[in-house]
Amino acid sequence: MAVMGIADALREGIREEMRRDPTVFCIGEDIGVKGGWGGAFTVTLGLVDEFGPERILDTPISESGFCGIAIGAAMTGMRPIADVQYGDFLFCMMDQLANQAAKMTYMAGGEVKVPMVMRAPVGSTRRGAQHAQTLEVFFTHVPGLKVVAPSTAYDAKGLLKAAVRDDNPVLMFEHKLLYGSKGNRAERGAISPIGDVPDEDYIVPIGKGAIRRQGRDVTIVGKLLTVYRALAAADELARSGVEAEVIDPRTLVPLDKEMVLESVRKTHRFVVVEEDNRTHGWGAEIAAMVAEEAFWWLDAPPVRVSAPDTPPPFAPLLEQLYVPSVERVVSAVQRLM
Amino acid sequence: MPLAQAELVGLYRRMLLIRRFEERCNALFLQGRIPSTLHLYIGQEAVAVGACSVLRRDDWVFGTHRPHGHALAKGVSPRIIMAELMAKVTGCCRGKGGSMHVGDVREGAFPAIAIVGAGLPIAAGAALSAKMRGTDQVAIGFHGEGAANEGDWHEALNMAAVWRLPVVYVCENNLYGASTHFSKAFAVAHVADRASAYGMPGEVVDGNDVEAVHDAAERAVARARLGEGPTLLECLTYRQCGHSRSDACNYRPDEEEASWKDRDPLKVTADRLSTCVPSVPFVPSDLETDVAAEIDDAVAFAESSPDPTPDDLLRHVFWEGD
Repeated sequence: MAVMGIADALREGIREEMRRDPTVFCIGEDIGVKGGWGGAFTVTLGLVDEFGPERILDTPISESGFCGIAIGAAMTGMRPIADVQYGDFLFCMMDQLANQAAKMTYMAGGEVKVPMVMRAPVGSTRRGAQHAQTLEVFFTHVPGLKVVAPSTAYDAKGLLKAAVRDDNPVLMFEHKLLYGSKGNRAERGAISPIGDVPDEDYIVPIGKGAIRRQGRDVTIVGKLLTVYRALAAADELARSGVEAEVIDPRTLVPLDKEMVLESVRKTHRFVVVEEDNRTHGWGAEIAAMVAEEAFWWLDAPPVRVSAPDTPPPFAPLLEQLYVPSVERVVSAVQRLM
Repeated sequence: MPLAQAELVGLYRRMLLIRRFEERCNALFLQGRIPSTLHLYIGQEAVAVGACSVLRRDDWVFGTHRPHGHALAKGVSPRIIMAELMAKVTGCCRGKGGSMHVGDVREGAFPAIAIVGAGLPIAAGAALSAKMRGTDQVAIGFHGEGAANEGDWHEALNMAAVWRLPVVYVCENNLYGASTHFSKAFAVAHVADRASAYGMPGEVVDGNDVEAVHDAAERAVARARLGEGPTLLECLTYRQCGHSRSDACNYRPDEEEASWKDRDPLKVTADRLSTCVPSVPFVPSDLETDVAAEIDDAVAFAESSPDPTPDDLLRHVFWEGD
């Protein structure tokens, strides 16, 4: 058992999977340069020393190209772990992800599999419109992709290992403020969800959520950073006697619907908190699901707390308004009570 | 190595199979027995047949939105292609792919990729896989000349060259990207001219001469198998039909069409076979009979096959196991 943050936990998960299975390799930009960064956020730092440049494969700046290469390798017996430096660059490879990786198995009538992982850092971090978006919903909408979003070190390692072993394309979204508040890539405002990570082999099954806090009065669903906003809001609400249950789905596709619905049937109130734009968003989908499937248990309308429909702003003052704050979550809940 | 006459007869037969298969597809489409549209391979048969003639069964091809020829040339059964076109559950993609995605991984033909250029990095990925796993398999990425103006083409060729991947990029320059003429889309005389920009050999090949394609592919595949890296082959050919079934080709001069039909790939090879001293019999009418029977069998198989059931709609979104 070791205490570590998400970047370190991911690195150990990759290391273990690469030791276990010679078909696993990493592919991406600036991931294995000696004296370099180990990817944009240090996740692959040092792995090239153990596995060499053939298995920690640095690519030219060619997002669509190396995504396609990962897909082709996955279709022919390899298990690539690819990553982008910023999730925003996933748009450069959108065809490869949405038209190729996601649809290959279906359009081949089940005869071809694409066992690959694509990791992507997301979240508003004073980088403005093109390096700070929250992108999960673009991919949760595409049939054929699995999508995971770990918010703890334990889950990051366990979901990474599960994703590598899955026979489908899995997108893993990581929040830049959750990699840790220490080290050379620590972000201002980062929190350190460091925790115990077992040394022995384990996975976190894809499709299983986690209840982060038990409560009887309202269900709050968050993901990545907003799990922590929801937890802080729950502490605040507890002072006035409102007990919030906080659910972290951990996997967005396939969603642990039953965990959310069971909670709503108990609390009768529902709030979803996300850092993404409001309209047609992930939160909208979760709220619609609750409205459709738990309507008769609800005492109040399902509510979304989200970013406004703007690109992520640069100015820190504006960014604070953009990302849902603890206060906004608290006040959303209070309006339901 | 020059082709033995028997081998050339074999290539002629395979081209004839593709030609007659495509003609039958066209008829079945007009009769309403094949839904959707079709991108027919008529006129380009020498490219797929010549290139695939130097591959092993465990090598890979990645076809395009015009893939029937690629699949047939790689050895995919006409039965399961025809069943796929007729949307039957016995089709090579269980009726979920259709004309633009035919393939059969058991024969090394991946489901064809119908987004222009997108298959080229994927072909490089297969080649990377061969290299990493220490096999000497080779991948061919077929594409039209139109794909050479897509970003994926450039990204794929660059990385394939940087990593010396065992992949051959076979460009079928049929002069038109949909209805747009080559001259409106390229400032270079040849697609192959761009190969040098990526540090790989590029070669212009007579794409209507199956022997020429075979010879060029043989050199390129040998180079790939030896670990010497990728090659770009630009095969000059002509799409004798429209881009798709709805295209009457009103943008093409009659003289241009006529001059290419004079150089029809079947005619080129038949002329050569009938002028050389026969060491094996070359009787085109026998081959016609033979090919017609194979296509009749494919159509009968497809027509007697079951349709998908409603359950099939929801299956295979994710991998269901071997």
